[in-house]
Amino acid sequence: MAYSEKVIDHYENPRNVGKMNDKDTSVGTGMVGAPACGDVMRLQIKVSDDGIIEDAKFKTYGCGSAIASSSLITEWVKGMSLEEASELKNTAIAEELALPPVKIHCSVLAEDAIKAAVADYKEKKSK
Amino acid sequence: MMDISKNFFEFIGLPVSFDIDQSELADRSRELQKKLHPDRYAHLSDREQRMSVQYMSFLNEGVATLRSPLLRAQYLLLLQGIDTESESSTPIAPMFLMQQMELRERLEEIPDQDDPYAELEDLLAEVEGMLKALREQFAQDYQEGALTAATETVRKMQFLEKLVVEIERLEDRLDG
Repeated sequence: MAYSEKVIDHYENPRNVGKMNDKDTSVGTGMVGAPACGDVMRLQIKVSDDGIIEDAKFKTYGCGSAIASSSLITEWVKGMSLEEASELKNTAIAEELALPPVKIHCSVLAEDAIKAAVADYKEKKSK
Repeated sequence: MMDISKNFFEFIGLPVSFDIDQSELADRSRELQKKLHPDRYAHLSDREQRMSVQYMSFLNEGVATLRSPLLRAQYLLLLQGIDTESESSTPIAPMFLMQQMELRERLEEIPDQDDPYAELEDLLAEVEGMLKALREQFAQDYQEGALTAATETVRKMQFLEKLVVEIERLEDRLDG
């Protein structure tokens, strides 16, 4: 399959790969998986006291499109409020990366991951 | 006459079940291959020859599906109207995902280990053990008609089968 240049760029130079401390109460972790292709994605956000995402990290085991989708979304969410981040749509990722229809689910995975990370952060804070 | 509107189990002549006898599958498939071989239809009409080709391809697909535990489990669910192969993102138990992440991180670090082959062998044995347990779990879920549980079990198998592919890929890379 032909990947777009943007996918290849993110795949070869993924942004923000890494891991944050789960125990840190300012960190939210989203872990999602796509059983159909066996892809696993972890996305973490570090949130300031006023609810702004200061940093984001990811680790994805999957195809180029899944890696590119998560890499792109970590770039996008930095500086966003939690609300803005949870409103991000997979279609925006798919469009930016010019994902073919069979790879749309990779962008869905990234959307689910950021939502899960925000939910995890909120749950931690409410405790 | 053969009927390709039947499911693979019925077509091949095996009970619809996860636990199937592999040697029986091999025997039945050999018999059918002989019976359906296009050469036997060479003297018949074009239509019948086309049918024979169609039967053969249905048979081959059926045998491949029933031979593999994962494909067989997926197919049993498909017969119940559950398609686990085209789902995109499905909520998966967090503990299971965490474990999958850790297994993949471990695989990623293997090339840097002192004895990568031994590490790889250990990991493969561990993953195969997990798959074996999941297959037993699926057989039980399916037999009890617990389709939701059976579906979850198949999803887990899909993650682990993918990991086996990744392990084998690394093995090839280390060899190469």
